[in-house]
Amino acid sequence: MMSIAEKDLGTPAAEGGKRVTLTIDGFELSVPEGVSVMRAAALAGTRIPKLCATEMLEPFGSCRLCLVEIEGRKGYPASCTTAVAEGMVVRTQSDRLAGLRRGVMELYISDHPLDCLTCTANGHCELQDMAGAVGLREVRYGYDGVNHVYPRRDGEANPRFVAKDESNPYFTFEPSKCIVCSRCVRACEDVQGTFALTIQGRGFDSKVAASQDDSFIASECVSCGACVQACPTATLSENSLIEYGQADHSLITTCAYCGVGCSFRAELQGDKLVRMVPNKNGHANHGHSCVKGRFAIGYATHPDRITTPMIRNSIDEPWKIVSWDQAIAYAASEFKRLQAKYGKFSVGGITSSRCTNEETYLVQKLVRAAFGNNNVDTCARVCHSPTGYGLKTTLGESAGTQDFDSIERTDVVLLIGANPTDAHPVFASQMKRRLRAGAELIVIDPRRIELVRTPHVEASHHLQIRPGTNVAVLDALAHVVVTEGLIDEAFVAARCEKPAFEKWRAFIADPQHSPEALEGELGVPARTVREAARLYAKAANGAIYYGLGVTEHSQGSTAVMALANLAMATGNIGREGVGVNPLRGQNNVQGSCDMGSFPHEFPGYRHVSDGAVRASFEKEWGVTLWDEPGLRIPNMFEAALDGSFKGLYLEGEDIAQSDPNTQHVTAALRAMECVVVQDLFLNETAKFAHVFLPGSSFLEKDGTFTNAERRVSRVRQVMKPKAGYADWEITQLLSNALGYPMHYRHAGEILDEIARLTPTFKGVSFDKIDRLGSIQWPCNDQHPEGTPVMHVGEFVRGKGHFMLTPYVPTREKVNARFPLLLTTGRILSQYNVGAQTRRTANVAWHNEDMLEVHPHDAEERGIKDGDWVGLSSRAGETVLRARVSSRMQPGVVYTTFHFPDTGANVVTTENSDWATNCPEYKVTAVQVARVDQPSAWQQRYRAFDRRQQQLLPEAGADAGAG
Amino acid sequence: MNIEHLVGMANDICDYFAAESDRDAAVAGVAGHLRKFWDPRMRTQIIAHLRSGGAGLSELARLAVQRLADDERKVA
Repeated sequence: MMSIAEKDLGTPAAEGGKRVTLTIDGFELSVPEGVSVMRAAALAGTRIPKLCATEMLEPFGSCRLCLVEIEGRKGYPASCTTAVAEGMVVRTQSDRLAGLRRGVMELYISDHPLDCLTCTANGHCELQDMAGAVGLREVRYGYDGVNHVYPRRDGEANPRFVAKDESNPYFTFEPSKCIVCSRCVRACEDVQGTFALTIQGRGFDSKVAASQDDSFIASECVSCGACVQACPTATLSENSLIEYGQADHSLITTCAYCGVGCSFRAELQGDKLVRMVPNKNGHANHGHSCVKGRFAIGYATHPDRITTPMIRNSIDEPWKIVSWDQAIAYAASEFKRLQAKYGKFSVGGITSSRCTNEETYLVQKLVRAAFGNNNVDTCARVCHSPTGYGLKTTLGESAGTQDFDSIERTDVVLLIGANPTDAHPVFASQMKRRLRAGAELIVIDPRRIELVRTPHVEASHHLQIRPGTNVAVLDALAHVVVTEGLIDEAFVAARCEKPAFEKWRAFIADPQHSPEALEGELGVPARTVREAARLYAKAANGAIYYGLGVTEHSQGSTAVMALANLAMATGNIGREGVGVNPLRGQNNVQGSCDMGSFPHEFPGYRHVSDGAVRASFEKEWGVTLWDEPGLRIPNMFEAALDGSFKGLYLEGEDIAQSDPNTQHVTAALRAMECVVVQDLFLNETAKFAHVFLPGSSFLEKDGTFTNAERRVSRVRQVMKPKAGYADWEITQLLSNALGYPMHYRHAGEILDEIARLTPTFKGVSFDKIDRLGSIQWPCNDQHPEGTPVMHVGEFVRGKGHFMLTPYVPTREKVNARFPLLLTTGRILSQYNVGAQTRRTANVAWHNEDMLEVHPHDAEERGIKDGDWVGLSSRAGETVLRARVSSRMQPGVVYTTFHFPDTGANVVTTENSDWATNCPEYKVTAVQVARVDQPSAWQQRYRAFDRRQQQLLPEAGADAGAG
Repeated sequence: MNIEHLVGMANDICDYFAAESDRDAAVAGVAGHLRKFWDPRMRTQIIAHLRSGGAGLSELARLAVQRLADDERKVA
């Protein structure tokens, strides 16, 4: 069922500026060239009856309801598949048309149940609407004949009847209500690009089937919900809709999962969320979504939510429920005590990419203004900090260069270290659509990710490199570009710094960087590298997309700079269709970085040592600010272990699960005297905390998120905070208690302050976002409506700066003791540490982290699918189950880190990127062996976890008055 | 902080800047990086470590930490 709030004009809009004039029902109108007659009529307010047409899909012309008469044309053309033409004269209604439509509807209804009053779609059913629109008054055929509606016929089982499929946890498929309009099948193909659904059989036997007539859960279906949204009847319905009934109002907000930042309509009854429907006008997602954003929202009301503040003196004591006043006063007094005893620099804060811009801004403001130091960092430290460093150094701005729609103009996609179909599914669907339309694809990844070969998409080249050799392969690609004369000399001469370019050209031309010289290191044939380099360099528009497989390495920053070098050398930057595009892991990675949550820079990426910038903040904030960089997250751990860092305020970040070398992290947490955790749940870090401040989910607060394309979108409060305060209000309470006053009445006032202090955000405000839908920064006097593509005509830093990119192999090397390489990643149904998705029905797809092992490595170790295996590195050991998989190359194993008990990060090391300390999650030397019991760490973890759960107050207890 | 970790981090930075053929630029690059991104406590500690022998620091790292020490003295 479509959104309750959206109008469907029947067929997609057309691009291009030309207009044509036609006459519909006697009225002349002018519409964009290329639109259908159906859409033209709808634009003028005339809704031609339709069933198989919807704006989200290309027209299909199967239902025969939308017939019209066109002067000079024979018969009754379908208005959905007929394009407008200059001077065309259309009649949308006549006695003849009415008779035809009624006849068609009569046939549909003769094979459809008549349970409208108790049907999920009642009142919002397109079949019901059309029966009304065409004036259907009787069904002459009766209902006793051959049908798909009734389980039994003539006392026998009806072979055409198919029972409900309730295998998917989020939606139900009820085939007896199907009118075989193919909208679901086409949505699965065109919108999602999975091709899981099909029409099976012919004629009256036609029916919708998932994969080979499997149940939905057993099929290839990825549960994106596009089919459910496309269905005009109740055949495919959300289970929440079945349970609650239809919503009465809706609010537009932004998804809190990945960096695509999909826009959704939250559909509600009162303050009860009925369903999330992707917003057709959403600039990042254009009405599409994935299983997480659309369905996995149950965590917001999960019983594990902690909704009262709690404190305790030591982590071995039971939590005590207290009032907000008591909790805030206690936290503030502890921070003050620590600063008095151990010095001003002994405390700090960590923000999260799950926070809104306003929340992140406020936490860094609290640290800088109330704590008086710069010990603030964000979880982008452990994911995309190299993107910030690398792109700022080369191009001049710490952000991706394009909008998502740019890919519509791309001819060759170079995808490295990213697995969009799992981690950025909605953008992956757009990418697949472009690839199906003819763009070529180069994949550089140690794993054979889905995009290497998936229905109607096949990569031209898959460079299946060894983990840790990104810089080597990028140098080899650049070497081919330089030595085969593929440089865009005119672009480089006009746009880039000459001395740096010449130095780079000489460096990269050295034979040590040739694909042949690096063949052994990469494990990829030199010829393949050469062909890939030529394909990218010769493309009219070549675009680079990358993810954490690039950044989370000891040379993450070098690799990002190598990507920027490649784009500059081939002139692939500064227009649509090209660019360097980081796919951000979490919803607000870009925003948390923009908001100055790194210890060395203020909002807008300006170093704390810059006197003029500092003065502007000092003036607005009314305090003197520290002019030296503070501690990064890993430095905080080190400082905690040496006794100089004692207190930490964490908002929305679970370092005890997400950061590498868990045992090192937890030792650091134990060494602190006051850990304040603000979160929805008792996460892993909260088990080491002394103050718990219950946070609010994205549904409970106002603010903005900034996605991977620098797009600032509104998060809107659809229900009141379960614990009483939005997160920015909690930070404000803490700041006031610390003696630094904050008096924001609304999150919009925080954004206004950000805009006053940050040149790239100068023109951004709640009002303007409400008006435009979303805004891509920079948004300033030159670009009052934002900037979809950056570096047009000139780089942000002026001239592009080529950086040298020496390949330095990681210290993490395989040896006899640890002969395999572990690399980590994500899967579609779970998200990051899983705090949200583990508390939803998404566990139906993935309820434990598995270790993927190549069949050869498995056989050598006697490992079979499903066996318990010990995974050990020099950092630690854990135990999980094995999945034997040829997606891996021999010598490389893979796992996810969605479940705390897996302890994937017990195994990862504290090796990190040279420039930013971003951890090297993607390369760990390990050994794998069959075992029959959990690791020592897991046994300790489980005992500790049990103990911490026992220390929680009984459910229902509260602080009483005060 | 664990000095071995700081030495390792400094050496990692040097591994990058070592590609710079102009030695002085490489030294300046590393020193500038430390100045820009390291908390003063870490800088003080690595400078003290150099003064007490600088065990484990690569040749470039020694030069860069020395440059950092000289720069900081000038600022102070």
